[in-house]
Amino acid sequence: MDSLTYARAQMGMSLAFHMVFAALGVALPLFMVIADYLHLRTRDPDYLEFSKRMAKGTAILFAVGAVSGTVLSFELGLLWPQFMGTFGDVVGLPFAMEGFAFFTEAIFLGIYLYGRGRIPPRVHFWSGVAVAVSGLASAFFVTCVNAIMNDPSGFQMVEGRPADIDPLAAMFSRPWAHETLHALLACYQATAFALAAVHAAVLLRHPTSTLFRKALRVSLWVGAVTALLQPLAGDLAARHIAEYQPAKLAAAEALYETRDHAPLLIGGIPDDKTGEVHYGVEIPSGLSMLAFHDPAATVKGLDAFPPGDRPPVAATHFSFQVMVGTGSWMALLGAITLFGWWRKWRLFESRKYLWAVVATGPLGMIALEAGWLVTEFGRQPWIVRGAMRTKEAVTPFPHMAAPFWTFTIVYVLLGIAVVYLLFRQLRHAHVAVGDPRTVGPVSLRGPVSRAPASAAPESAAPESSASESGAQVGGPDEH
Amino acid sequence: MSTELLLGGIMVAALVLYVLFGGADFGGGVWDLLASGPRKREQRALIEKAIGPIWEANHVWLILVVVLLFAGFPRAFAILATALHVPMTLFLLGVVARGSAFTFRAYDSRGDRQQKRWGMMFSLASLVSPVLLGMIVGTIASGRIRVEGTTITSGFFMPWLSPFPLAVGAYALTLFAFLAAVYLCGEAGTDALKEDFRRRALGSGVAVGLLALACFALSRRHAPVIALGLTDHPLTWPLHVITGLAATTAFYALFTRRFTLARGAAIVQATMIVLGWAASQYPYLVVPDVNLFAAAGNARTRTLVLIALGVGSLLLFPSLYFLYRVFKGTSAFEALDKPRD
Repeated sequence: MDSLTYARAQMGMSLAFHMVFAALGVALPLFMVIADYLHLRTRDPDYLEFSKRMAKGTAILFAVGAVSGTVLSFELGLLWPQFMGTFGDVVGLPFAMEGFAFFTEAIFLGIYLYGRGRIPPRVHFWSGVAVAVSGLASAFFVTCVNAIMNDPSGFQMVEGRPADIDPLAAMFSRPWAHETLHALLACYQATAFALAAVHAAVLLRHPTSTLFRKALRVSLWVGAVTALLQPLAGDLAARHIAEYQPAKLAAAEALYETRDHAPLLIGGIPDDKTGEVHYGVEIPSGLSMLAFHDPAATVKGLDAFPPGDRPPVAATHFSFQVMVGTGSWMALLGAITLFGWWRKWRLFESRKYLWAVVATGPLGMIALEAGWLVTEFGRQPWIVRGAMRTKEAVTPFPHMAAPFWTFTIVYVLLGIAVVYLLFRQLRHAHVAVGDPRTVGPVSLRGPVSRAPASAAPESAAPESSASESGAQVGGPDEH
Repeated sequence: MSTELLLGGIMVAALVLYVLFGGADFGGGVWDLLASGPRKREQRALIEKAIGPIWEANHVWLILVVVLLFAGFPRAFAILATALHVPMTLFLLGVVARGSAFTFRAYDSRGDRQQKRWGMMFSLASLVSPVLLGMIVGTIASGRIRVEGTTITSGFFMPWLSPFPLAVGAYALTLFAFLAAVYLCGEAGTDALKEDFRRRALGSGVAVGLLALACFALSRRHAPVIALGLTDHPLTWPLHVITGLAATTAFYALFTRRFTLARGAAIVQATMIVLGWAASQYPYLVVPDVNLFAAAGNARTRTLVLIALGVGSLLLFPSLYFLYRVFKGTSAFEALDKPRD
C-alpha cells in the first residue's frame, strides 16, 4: 500500500473506532438523565439503579472516547498536514467550539459521576443535563466541519489557497442542517437499540425483572421515535445531496448514466468497467421520486463527471445499501413497538419480540458507520470537495505503515478490553433492586429460566454470586 | 495588542494550565509507579482519588492548544505535525494507554493481578508521555526543524533525537512529578502519607533544579536562539528571578511543612518556567523559520475564535471552579484566604 492508502486506512480506522464511543458518549447521558428524572419524580429505586448503570457505562466509554478523540485531533495534522495547513482557519471555528463543548462535558461528567451523594440531588440532576447538552453540542459542531468538507462555502480558492474567508458562512455551509440532524438522530438511535438489546437479553433470562423491563421501555421509546424520524431526516439529506452533491448520489445509487425516470436500485454489484449493475432489483422511477419528488426528474449519473472526479462506486453503493437496509428494519421495529404499546399488546412477554430486539442491537451502530462511509466515500477523490484532493492533503512522512499497524493493534486490543469490561459490569449487575441474584453470564445460549424468578436459583452463576459482586472494587458511583 | 499575539498568549496560558493540571496527573502516574514503603497501597489509593474525577477535564487543555494552533496558525500546525510525526504519534500512544488503563483499573474488578497489570500500564504511560511532550517542546525550541517554503528539509528523526530535546523531556517529567508530589502533600489524609509525598517533592524538586541547569547549559550549543532569549531578552530576567524565588519558597515551605504555601509556590514556579520558555522563543512558533505573525491564518477566523473563547470562558471557568470545589474541597484562592496552614 502507498502512503495515501495507509493514511486513509488509519484515519478511517481511528474515526470508525472513535465514532462508536462518541455516539455512546453523546447519547448515554440522555438515558442517564431520563432515568434520574423518572427517579426524582416517582422515587422508584429501579430508575435510580438504571441511572447508575448508565453512568458507569458512560464513564468507561467517555474515557476511551476522550483519548481516541485526542488522537484524532492530532491525526488531522499527522495524516493530512496540507489539508489542515490550508483549511485550518476555515474549519477552525467549529472545532474551537467543539473543544469548548467537550470541555464542558468532561467537567460536568466528573461532577456527575463522582458527585452522587456529595452534592444535592437536584444539582446532580442538572449536572447530568449539562453533560447531555454539551455532548449534543460537540457532536453538532464536529458535524458542521464535515459539512464544510462536503460542500464548502465561505471562501474563494485563489492559487490553491482559500481567500476571503468568512468563517461563519463556512461553518454553516449548505449541508449543515440536514447533516447535523441526521448525525445526531443516528447517535441516539444507535445507542438506544444497543441498550434495548442488552436489556432484552437480560429479560429473556430473567423475565420478571421489573428493573430491566423499565430500562427496556425507556430505551425502546427513544429507539422507536428516532428510528421513525430518521427516514425523514434521510429524505431531507437525499434531496439536498441530489441537488448539490450529485456525484455522491450517483455513486450511492450506482447510477452510471444520467437519465430521467431514474430507477431506485436495491442490491446489485456495480461494475465500473462496463458501467452496468449486476443482480440488482430496480424500482422504476424510484430514484427520481426520492431525489426530487418527481418521477420524471432527471438524475445526474456518473457520466456527468470526468473519470478522475468519480467516487468509488461499489464502496459507496454498498455502504448506502447497508445504511438504508438497517435503517428501514429499525423503523419497522420501532413502528411495531409503538403500535403494540398503543394496542396494549404485552410485547415484553413475547420471546419472539425480545429476540428481535436483541438481534437488532448492533444494527444501529452498523447504520451509523455505514452512513458515515457513504458521506466519506461519496466525497472522494476530494478532501474538500472541489477545492483539494485527498492525495494532495496527505503527509510526506514516508513510513506510514508503522503508525497504521500500531494504531490498528492498539485499537483492536482497546476494543476487546472495553467490550469485556462492559459485559463484566452487566454480569455483576443485580437482577432487581434488593434481589441478591446477579444477571450472570450474558451468553444467550445459557440456561434460560422461564419459571418465576424466585424459583430459578440456577440462573445465578457461581462466580457471580452476590457476595463477590458486593465486594467488587467499583467505579466512581460507589465511592 | 494584535490578535495574533493575543491568540498566541491564550495558547501559552492554556499550556500553563495543562502543565499545572494535566501535567500533575501524569506526575501522579509516576508516583504510582514509584510507590514504595509500608504505605504503598495508601499512596496509590490517594493518587487514584486525586486524579479520578478531574483527569479528563484536565486533559482538554491540550486539545484546546492543538485546536487553537490550527485555527489560528494553520501553517505552523502543518509543519509541526509533519516534522514531529514520530514523537507526536508516540505521545498519542502514551495518552491512549494512560487514559484507558486508568479507567479500566477503576472498573476491572477481577482481582489484584488485573488491577496491577492495568496499574503498570497506567504508570508506565504516565512516565513516557511527559518525556515525549518535553521532547516535542525541546525540538520546537532547538531550531533544528528547518523549513523552506512548505517543505521540511530537516528530516523526520534528526531534529528530535538530540541532546537538548532529551534534556527538556527529562525536565518536563521531573517538573510534572514535582507538581504532583507537592499537590499530594496537601491532599493526603494522614501525616505519614504527607511525609511520604513531602520526601518525594523534595527529591523531585532537586531534580527539577539540576535539569533546569542542564537544559540551560545544553541550550548554548544546541538551541542558540533560546539561549540568547534566556539571557538577552529584557522580559526573561524578571521571569528567571520570580522562578528562582518561587522555587526557593517551595523548598522552604516543604521543609517547614507549610503545604498550602508549597503548592502556591510550585504553581508559580511551573507557570514561570512555561512563560520563560515562551518569552525566550518569541516571536517564533517554530524556531527559526516560522514566525508567529507570518504563520497566522485568516484574521476574521482569529477574531471569531477569540470571541468564542471569551464567551466559552464565561461558561467554562465557573464550571471548572465548581468541579474543583466539589472534589478538592478547597477554594481556588485558599492560599490567600488562609495565610497559615
